[in-house]
Amino acid sequence: MLDTWRRRLLDKMFCGIICGLAFLSVLPLVLILGYLLGRGAASLNWQFFCRAPQPLGEAGGGIANALVGSLLLLGVAFVLAAPLGLLVGIYLSENKTSRLADWTRLAVEILQGVPSIVVGMVIYIWLVLPFKNFSTLAGGAALALLMLPIIVRSAEETLRLIPSELSEAALALGVPHYRTVWRVIVPTGLSGIVTGLLLGLARAAGETAPLLFTAFGNPFLSFNLVKPIESLPHLIFYYATSPYEEWQRLAWGASFVLVVGVLGLNLTAKFLTRRWRAQF
Amino acid sequence: MLPSLSLPAKENIFQQILVKSAFLVAALVLLFFLTLLLKAWTAIGANGLSFFTGVVWNPLTGEYGVLPFLTGTLLTSVLALGLALPCALSIAIFLGEFFRSGWSASLLRLAVELLAGLPSVVYGFWALFVLVPLVRQVELWLGVLPLGVGVLVAALVLAIMIVPYAASLSAEVIKLVPSDIREAAYSLGATRFEVLRYVILPYVRSGILAGVLLAFGRGLGETMAVTMVIGNANKIPASLFDTGNTMASLIANELTEALDLWQVSSLAQVGLLLFGVSALVNLAGRYVIKKFSVEL
Repeated sequence: MLDTWRRRLLDKMFCGIICGLAFLSVLPLVLILGYLLGRGAASLNWQFFCRAPQPLGEAGGGIANALVGSLLLLGVAFVLAAPLGLLVGIYLSENKTSRLADWTRLAVEILQGVPSIVVGMVIYIWLVLPFKNFSTLAGGAALALLMLPIIVRSAEETLRLIPSELSEAALALGVPHYRTVWRVIVPTGLSGIVTGLLLGLARAAGETAPLLFTAFGNPFLSFNLVKPIESLPHLIFYYATSPYEEWQRLAWGASFVLVVGVLGLNLTAKFLTRRWRAQF
Repeated sequence: MLPSLSLPAKENIFQQILVKSAFLVAALVLLFFLTLLLKAWTAIGANGLSFFTGVVWNPLTGEYGVLPFLTGTLLTSVLALGLALPCALSIAIFLGEFFRSGWSASLLRLAVELLAGLPSVVYGFWALFVLVPLVRQVELWLGVLPLGVGVLVAALVLAIMIVPYAASLSAEVIKLVPSDIREAAYSLGATRFEVLRYVILPYVRSGILAGVLLAFGRGLGETMAVTMVIGNANKIPASLFDTGNTMASLIANELTEALDLWQVSSLAQVGLLLFGVSALVNLAGRYVIKKFSVEL
């Protein structure tokens, strides 16, 4: 047995190493946010939000095409994933042990682990190759597949925690099952469901890989759902790896906008779960 | 909603919609797998075993060997995991054991959540402009070819990205340790280090293994940050400072520019392999978590 003094010293040293390493490993966050503030925020002005990139050599380009594109892609993804995810979440929370529920749960788990590039590849095979055309719809579908597991899991986990007395009380009053679900169970678990939707949107907003072969990118402002479209992450990837300083400036600005958006969604979701949680 | 229908009919429709949507999701994932398999079928026949043993990927001569990319993927992921594990464990011990509440814990928890939320393309962009010049300096100092980009930078940025996943999961697991065994150790006069080393870590070993597996799975599939800094050279990297390529970034680079159906099919075969490996790693991780929470 070591004597007390040495044991105490070991304990203090260990504590110091743990605290040091813990804060060292979040240092990159400070550095990244610092870079984004320094380089990104400096390039923001009204032209940046209102205009598409100008030809090289002309001053005053912006990222309006990517902003519009990202919003359209997220809109398509949300419309596809939110209702389906909610319905599946309700099904899984109501049927804990049926065989279909087991298979679906396994499928959702697999989907959550699929690399996003593979999702992009499959959507490319399904929606781009047959029509020989990159499109907003294909990009939205790829993002929807990435959002789906997050929505399903948070809906299932929230709804499952709701005490069965609540739905039994509604059923005892003669309320039909489907009305019980829509009017009692879903509103009670709304905070968890909304959190899942926001986290799903945040995940989808930052994804680049699946958009490479589905939405593809487009240097012009476009609202067309069946044509290629630009998105913020794709613009950052394309311009960051370019040799032109003007394009890199746009990429820093776009990164700043994207990070503010994504972290905003994440923090809102966190705030919602804390403030608006149903108490039992 | 549907006022003309009788109540049992409405109940039936509602139930049908629920079952159909659950079925749709299960079928979608199965179809997902079948699509990749079908697309890769030509290549599986044409490439044969040389797909797994070949070290050359050259669409012009029709040689498709996955070994360079398999090496690149495993090398960057394992290296990243090695770098990330001490950091992730420190964060987990800090949040799960040393400082469960207070301003420092809230600050660290917030930072970890924000790190997990940053888009991978932003990590790649930052690594390209900050880490790559840094590594280039180190390479000049060491006297190796100062490329900057390469396996080392890819592993570094990957490590930064997977720390929050392993950390938040391990912190949850450490919090699950019943406080009576912890207090029993303290009451015998053990220091905090001894409690962690001899009581808590042995107790949560399998939970931490699950966190490691899930973080590994995430590292395998990561595309953008890696493809921006690894150099995209289709060869087995000769050293840590050499350029290489991973399976995910190979697909990102070549799918839209494929020469012929054979190349698309071979890329689908790479995708199938990536899908299979990451699905296995993920399911193993989730299985370990489930077993761990049942045991508690």
